[in-house]
Amino acid sequence: MNYARITKDGLWDNNIVFAQILGMCPTMAVTGSATNGLGMGLATTAVLVASNAMVSMVRNVVTPDVRIPVYIVLIATLVTLVDVSLNAWAHDLYKVLGLYIALIVANCAVLGRAEAYAQKVGMLPAAMDGLMMGLGFTFALTLIGGIREVIGGGTLFANAHLLLGPAFAFLETTVIPDYRGYLLFILPPGGFLVLGFLLAGKRILDKRLAQRRVTPVATPEPVAG
Amino acid sequence: MKLEQLREKLGYPGAVLGGIGLLTSGALALADRATLDDIQAAQDLDMKQSLTQVLPGKYENDLLKDTVVMPGPEGGVTVYRARQAGRVVAVVFKVQARGYAGPVVSMMGVDRDGKLLGVRVIKHRETPGLGDKIEPAKSEWIHGFEGRSLGNPVAEKFAVKKDGGVFDQFAGATITPRAVVKSVKGGLAFFAKEKPQLLDEPLVGAGRVRDSGGSRARPAPTANHGASL
Repeated sequence: MNYARITKDGLWDNNIVFAQILGMCPTMAVTGSATNGLGMGLATTAVLVASNAMVSMVRNVVTPDVRIPVYIVLIATLVTLVDVSLNAWAHDLYKVLGLYIALIVANCAVLGRAEAYAQKVGMLPAAMDGLMMGLGFTFALTLIGGIREVIGGGTLFANAHLLLGPAFAFLETTVIPDYRGYLLFILPPGGFLVLGFLLAGKRILDKRLAQRRVTPVATPEPVAG
Repeated sequence: MKLEQLREKLGYPGAVLGGIGLLTSGALALADRATLDDIQAAQDLDMKQSLTQVLPGKYENDLLKDTVVMPGPEGGVTVYRARQAGRVVAVVFKVQARGYAGPVVSMMGVDRDGKLLGVRVIKHRETPGLGDKIEPAKSEWIHGFEGRSLGNPVAEKFAVKKDGGVFDQFAGATITPRAVVKSVKGGLAFFAKEKPQLLDEPLVGAGRVRDSGGSRARPAPTANHGASL
């Protein structure tokens, strides 16, 4: 298995948000701030790694007719386990992330990776794919959250210490002091606007990169499914 | 039998699904058992912490065990009582009002004279960056209630500035602070009305003396009724 390919796919070429356009519900819902985006991204990454590994583990036992319910049951169980263990043993973290964790079940990107990749390969590449897809998702959510937060409230990574601990309080910056705020970008329309511009930006960037190469045949445009 | 032969059988997919279902529900049941006590303990600790935040000063009983449930405007209200030498010195209860994006639930501590000891918003879904300045981590606003009471300021002034009152609103968010102010005002009125019962002194002036330190549990059959507030 080509791990460099997996990495590049997950982070950029086949990024869950920017290329596959999957997982739009959490992408729109929690990206009001960079910290929230980061938290949701990290929680999703953990679930993606575990679910990809488990789906790959049972891939030879499960028949095609029942694969979707089996994967969904596995993913839902995994998310619930993460939810209750965090609640019991990392309660402070749970108070920050708890809201998002149940949402992960509804993230079609998790089932999407099981279906499109993990059920066809061994455990190690499957887990690697989960990790890279998760990090790509985290990158996208943090980027969208950061842009919305700066335009909407003039801050960046506000309250990061609640998520990552007091050591990360240095991340919290006020980008525009005495800013009155631009509500539109905190509210849902801001999510759509920022995502739209970012998608357009990625298309242009990918096109430029393809043109720069001498033979512009190799890389097809990433197309939304 | 080999796996390949088994897979051909009609009942195989059902058995796989059933098997996985059994395994996962077993795992969930185990996880539930294993975490139940710790989650309860963490929630009790949370509750205690939010109680202490609105209740500065000393008291000597376990607040979680000294409760009374009163009929409130939105169902039963659980009132936690802090005692000193058996006498109720302060009470804590939850109040709520409709904010911009759903109910804003606050916990407020009131001393026996009806003065506010502290208010904390414990649950809300207000707009991040705007309405969430009601959280003490993000703004000092919520401390503006401390020391206030029903007469201070007078009833007409117990409102946000936009409504002619004394409490600040936030730039771009008036509905949220208005909801908190309204619920706190309602809570103070509730305290004034139910005072004898809340202070556990139904006979005014009788001054019943208790010898125990107040760890006495109330025989309240519906003690947990207000917990979902």
